[in-house]
Amino acid sequence: MAEKIKFKIDGKECSGEAGQFIIDAAAECGVFIPFLCHMKGIVPAGSCRVCTVKVNGRPMAACTTPVGNDIQNASIENATPQLEEMRKTIIELLFVEGNHFCPTCEKSGNCELQALAYRYKMMVPQFSYNFPLKKLDALTPKLFIDRNRCILCKKCIRSIKDKDNKSYFAFNKRGAKLEIHVDHEMAPSMNDELAQKAMDNCPVGAILKKEKGFEIPIGKRKFDKKPIGSDIEK
Amino acid sequence: MEAKLKSIIEKHGKDAGRLMDILHDVQCEFGHIPCDAVKIVSKILNISKVDVEQTISFYHFFSTSPVGKNTIYLNDSVVANFMGREEIAKAFEKEAGCSLGNVSKDGMFGLFNTACIGMNDQEPAALVNGIVFTQLTASKVKDIVAGLKAGKKAKELVKSFGDGANASELVKSMVNNNIKKKGQVIFSEYATGSALQKLINKTPEDIINEIKASNIKGRGGAGFPTGMKWDFCRKAQGAEKYVICNADEGEPGTFKDRVLLTEIPQRVFEGMAVAGYAIGAKQGILYLRNEYLYLNAHLEKTLEDLKKKNLLGKNILGKQGFDFDVRIQLGAGAYICGEESGLIESAEGKRGEPRNRPPFPAQKGYLNKPTVVNNVETLASVIRIIEKGSEWYKSIGTKDSSGTKVLSISGDCKNPGVYEIEWGMTIKEMLDMCVAENVQAVQVAGPSGRLINEKEFSRKIANEDLATGGSMIVIGKQRNILKDVVKNFTEFFIDESCGSCVPCRALNPVLLQKLEKVISGKATSKDIDEMTRLGKMMKELNRCGLGQTAANPVLTSIENFRNKYEELIKIKEEQSVYEFDMNGAVKESCEMVGRKA
Ligand SMILES: Cc1cc2nc3c(=O)[nH]c(=O)nc-3n(C[C@H](O)[C@H](O)[C@H](O)COP(=O)(O)O)c2cc1C
Ligand code: SF4
Repeated sequence: MAEKIKFKIDGKECSGEAGQFIIDAAAECGVFIPFLCHMKGIVPAGSCRVCTVKVNGRPMAACTTPVGNDIQNASIENATPQLEEMRKTIIELLFVEGNHFCPTCEKSGNCELQALAYRYKMMVPQFSYNFPLKKLDALTPKLFIDRNRCILCKKCIRSIKDKDNKSYFAFNKRGAKLEIHVDHEMAPSMNDELAQKAMDNCPVGAILKKEKGFEIPIGKRKFDKKPIGSDIEK
Repeated sequence: MEAKLKSIIEKHGKDAGRLMDILHDVQCEFGHIPCDAVKIVSKILNISKVDVEQTISFYHFFSTSPVGKNTIYLNDSVVANFMGREEIAKAFEKEAGCSLGNVSKDGMFGLFNTACIGMNDQEPAALVNGIVFTQLTASKVKDIVAGLKAGKKAKELVKSFGDGANASELVKSMVNNNIKKKGQVIFSEYATGSALQKLINKTPEDIINEIKASNIKGRGGAGFPTGMKWDFCRKAQGAEKYVICNADEGEPGTFKDRVLLTEIPQRVFEGMAVAGYAIGAKQGILYLRNEYLYLNAHLEKTLEDLKKKNLLGKNILGKQGFDFDVRIQLGAGAYICGEESGLIESAEGKRGEPRNRPPFPAQKGYLNKPTVVNNVETLASVIRIIEKGSEWYKSIGTKDSSGTKVLSISGDCKNPGVYEIEWGMTIKEMLDMCVAENVQAVQVAGPSGRLINEKEFSRKIANEDLATGGSMIVIGKQRNILKDVVKNFTEFFIDESCGSCVPCRALNPVLLQKLEKVISGKATSKDIDEMTRLGKMMKELNRCGLGQTAANPVLTSIENFRNKYEELIKIKEEQSVYEFDMNGAVKESCEMVGRKA
């Protein structure tokens, strides 16, 4: 096996294999770098920017920056007050950019955005709410798309494909008008398993499987039991 | 429809990678891209429909709904507004019978705003069915609309032509070059092919070493050493490589690449061939912004001529194995496609979302092959270095910034236009050169650069001091910095963000809200500090240069014109209530029950 590359995160000795993303290498060393759009094994999006760390002083997204020779002996900042403040800001921005009413959301307790908001002790966002109007999409047989909750992490675009590798999901428009679209021509061919995967991969409650809900009661869900990151942090 | 679409798609090799070209042709055929066409295109290309829509909806000039038989895009840049755009907008609205952002009832006219079209030295300007109309007046607008109503083509309404090649058969445009100062590198005598003649007796390594020795840095704004970039790309693994010339010229206030493409396109293409030889690429792409569509035929003809002279094509100048060809890729209205990896995505037929780095384009670029992306001016400079040597080149400019720089100067000055200067000129000298009086501020390097005040006028234009891709906007004392400048720039970045990164997408609108709060006199001094704190986050958190610099208008104006903000602060922090606008919130209900708010 190739020699591991060594570096420090907030002073803690870590190591990783060349080519591995910093975020995954850190997790293996027991360091949780918070994220929303990252998913091990699929093309990184580098879009939520929550995992921004500083490598030798330079801000980089930990989910897109590979461990390489330039990282050898690097000192990486992760949980510094400045980075944590910026992360909290991103979380708060997402709360005002969409419409997140946690108590009525099917994903409450399983939602990574909600869980991070708890981690950062967000009481009320520092920004004013805009309550934007968002279009819902219930036209596909298996899924319900609620854009009020979508954080545009691209996980569905990157991970939900048909056997020819065609995407079921894509972005539409750009900038502040950016939204997620599902392909209405292809959607009827989506089987239950894929629909479930789409829902599970969605870090929030924007993609829900129809005809099923609240199987596990609120209060007994993933992050109700253990806070986000606690499975990684050592 | 299906047969027509089939033939368009066949013409482009049934290649989803050429989706931009396909969509351009479809839009040209039907006036817009009908929903049914999207379905058929996706079916034939075997990609999902949402993927096709993803590309269409990203670009300003593509539309799935009708945009009028005649489509008018009125420039909305800061300088256009300085030069009286509002009156022109009103004239268009009156004559065409529809308001901005809409299509007239009879479907004859569509009237839309658009970001800087690269005509800042001859504003107000508009694109009418792709034809550029400059220095508009209300009466000219009347004539144009009347002509279109009478069934004339936009091109027929161009009464007089601009200087130089603007008047040539294939261009016939009213655009002016306004070359106000010629320097030793770009606007000086050069025999086409001289660099290639020299090059065929040298190795690619020789060429790269010469470029490295010249110390030339990229002219697109980022200022990366060109020789080093070529070297990375040459050394990158892969038999197939690409050279891309970045002619997206989207930074508001820059228009010099347009002039280079009009007057010396052959040199730009020769520069691409030189780069191709150096890195080992056989194919080049010129990515041309859609606003410069009127130059397309002229550029195609130039390519044809170069091929006839064997300066492009196979075995260039008889050198076995030295093949290089160029295709032109048209953009469709997206500033972010000037960012090199966004450009590459777009050239591959996708939405122009910048890629994560690493890998860099020099390692994995177009079609994931090693790719060099260079600015138009960089490539036009490179051939002179090969022709006359790096020592000659280094003797021009300053120690750290060799050569000349072509500036696009616009705004409140007597002589806006294109100036080729030696690096090292001060802002003060520049202002004298373009005859600017009563100057309040200069926007250096466009919105993504710096807004400076008098105190910085003694600074030098150079990579080591005030770096610039060439956009220089002079702002007179009569202008309102916050309303006329900072707000427009901030809105520009909001419109042009690809939307991928949360801070770029969601934080910049917050900055705009705060700016509007300041302008409307509702802010407290705490808001100014908040804008600074949040603006700085934009620099650290975003993926690409757009997001990283999008707060610069706010940040640099607070830095250099804090008094303009403070003048508007009327409320003390402890008196401030909420950001919530009560009257606004109940407006609709009040109207409904007939009560005046
Ligand atoms: C938002 C954005 C827009 C850009 N627009 C342009 C452009 O229009 N033309 C250009 O040459 N470079 C532009 N750039 C810089 C390119 O990414 C790239 O650095 C440049 O084309 C490299 O060429 P050079 O090294 O010759 O300067 C832009 C960068 C960003 C971040
Ligand atoms: S910084 Fe803005 S424009 Fe650049 S990739 Fe991120 S969202 Fe897109």
